[in-house]
Amino acid sequence: MNPQQETTLSGYNFAYLDEQTKRMIRRAILKAVAIPGYQVPFGSREMPLPYGWGTGGIQVTAAIIGAQDILKVIDQGADDTTNAVSIRKFFARTTGVETTDKTARATVIQTRHRIPEKPLTENQILVYQVPTPEPLRWLEPRETETRRMHALEEYGVMHVKLYEDIAQYGRISTSYDYPVQVNDRYIMAPSPIPKFDNPKMNEMPALQLFGAGREKRIYAIPPYTTVKSLDFDDHPFEVQAWDHSCALCGADDSFLDEVVVDNMGSRMFVCSDSDFCSERREAGHQSDGLPQVVVAQAAE
Amino acid sequence: MTTLRHPLMQVRDLSKMYGARTGCRDIDFDLYPGEVLGIVGESGSGKTTLLNCLSARLEPTSGSVIYQDRTGADIDIYQASESRRRLLMRTDWGVVHQNPKDGLRMRVSAGANVGERLMAVGQRHYGDIRETATDWLGRVEIAEDRVDDKPLTFSGGMQQRLQIARNLVSGPRLVFMDEPTGGLDVSVQARLLDLLRRLVTDLGLSAVLVTHDLAVVRLLAHRLMVMHQGQVVEQGLTDQVLDDPQHAYTQLLVSSVLQP
Repeated sequence: MNPQQETTLSGYNFAYLDEQTKRMIRRAILKAVAIPGYQVPFGSREMPLPYGWGTGGIQVTAAIIGAQDILKVIDQGADDTTNAVSIRKFFARTTGVETTDKTARATVIQTRHRIPEKPLTENQILVYQVPTPEPLRWLEPRETETRRMHALEEYGVMHVKLYEDIAQYGRISTSYDYPVQVNDRYIMAPSPIPKFDNPKMNEMPALQLFGAGREKRIYAIPPYTTVKSLDFDDHPFEVQAWDHSCALCGADDSFLDEVVVDNMGSRMFVCSDSDFCSERREAGHQSDGLPQVVVAQAAE
Repeated sequence: MTTLRHPLMQVRDLSKMYGARTGCRDIDFDLYPGEVLGIVGESGSGKTTLLNCLSARLEPTSGSVIYQDRTGADIDIYQASESRRRLLMRTDWGVVHQNPKDGLRMRVSAGANVGERLMAVGQRHYGDIRETATDWLGRVEIAEDRVDDKPLTFSGGMQQRLQIARNLVSGPRLVFMDEPTGGLDVSVQARLLDLLRRLVTDLGLSAVLVTHDLAVVRLLAHRLMVMHQGQVVEQGLTDQVLDDPQHAYTQLLVSSVLQP
């Protein structure tokens, strides 16, 4: 890497972090890649944005980004939301790298809560922002104990959570941050992506890196690694489905957001992946003539 | 006195020191299959320390605990690997705590509490797990329609019985009980004792029972150890020890029981 090249903001090192810190993070990443799904502790730094806004993801991205990379940042699938805009601007100013909205063009994609609809390739790296890296935390508050459970592969308790879902709701109601088993070994929290995206993690050609800034953990899924969502034999894993298709592009195979459009409670369903939706519309797809907006029944 | 059966658990020279203070000292005994051993003594006499050492939850300062597993192999508990030890704790052993909150997950349903051990050993069929859990609730006299209720909504006696079901579901061979009837009123105590006695007999369980209540050991335990200041001062058949106490402390203990 060539520091200080075309840095648009003077006085800062390339990608904000100093080189020693980036090396430390890269070492953590290498270890994480070597042990898929294992949470590697690292010396998380203070970043110029609050915890919970992506400090983990931003440090991982800073450690791996090079001058030739093309960066895409998404938040809930969209390129134009606050979090995505500020992180993209941050890297544009501290590295001078090219940024893009196009999934296919990007080499590094930092994401919060979604995996792009378009399948990723071997030339891409997906960086997740993770609030709670420990999937066992829900049932075991002690860190010493969860580490031991990971070490000894004592994962029965994860199914207690799923059992409880079925007992209370008749089905597995966990719909995001749905626990997965990586490479038939570690149980991993996939960050709060919808379970709709879980199958995309399995055997993905792209490298997947996870950074949790507040919790100071990095973990990874190397390319082409088995990722299995936990389930019961008689209640198999299944993803969300919608009665609607996208109100803008008509896609019926993407993750849809429900958007409230007026004070009456009228709402529409649109693709959460804004790049996927706009590409489809540019290609001439549109909603198939059904009412685009679900109008609320007028209250008496 | 000879026996042809191999002891389920052999305890040799077991001591636990807390710095310069004694938890328990020089404990030696054998526990045979199907036997219920009572440990009595005053508060602070080292009963719970001993129980924790036996059940692999507290590493002793010296001495050994050897357990014979289902295959007949002797395992030195504190020499075995941690994963082996924890597997034993989940499958072969059960621990009934004095306070049900220590032994239950209060925020998940009764069914999930009972089913946890099954899931821990790899059962992955929801319907089967639930059926087994419901069956066990019935066996510990909890109405089957409470299977989806959280233990928080249960009475103290029900929580204690749920804890027993949660432990027995994996078909353990040895159960450690720390004051299982503590904190319950006498009529609930009687019912719980009745239940415990029936389960222990039906399942052929061995048990180590810690209590300060002599009536409880009289009812449940075949053999009795009396502890005083970290050491065993007297042991023998329960009725023999209670009816003809030899050691001064045991005599004091037996004569201190209030008669209504």
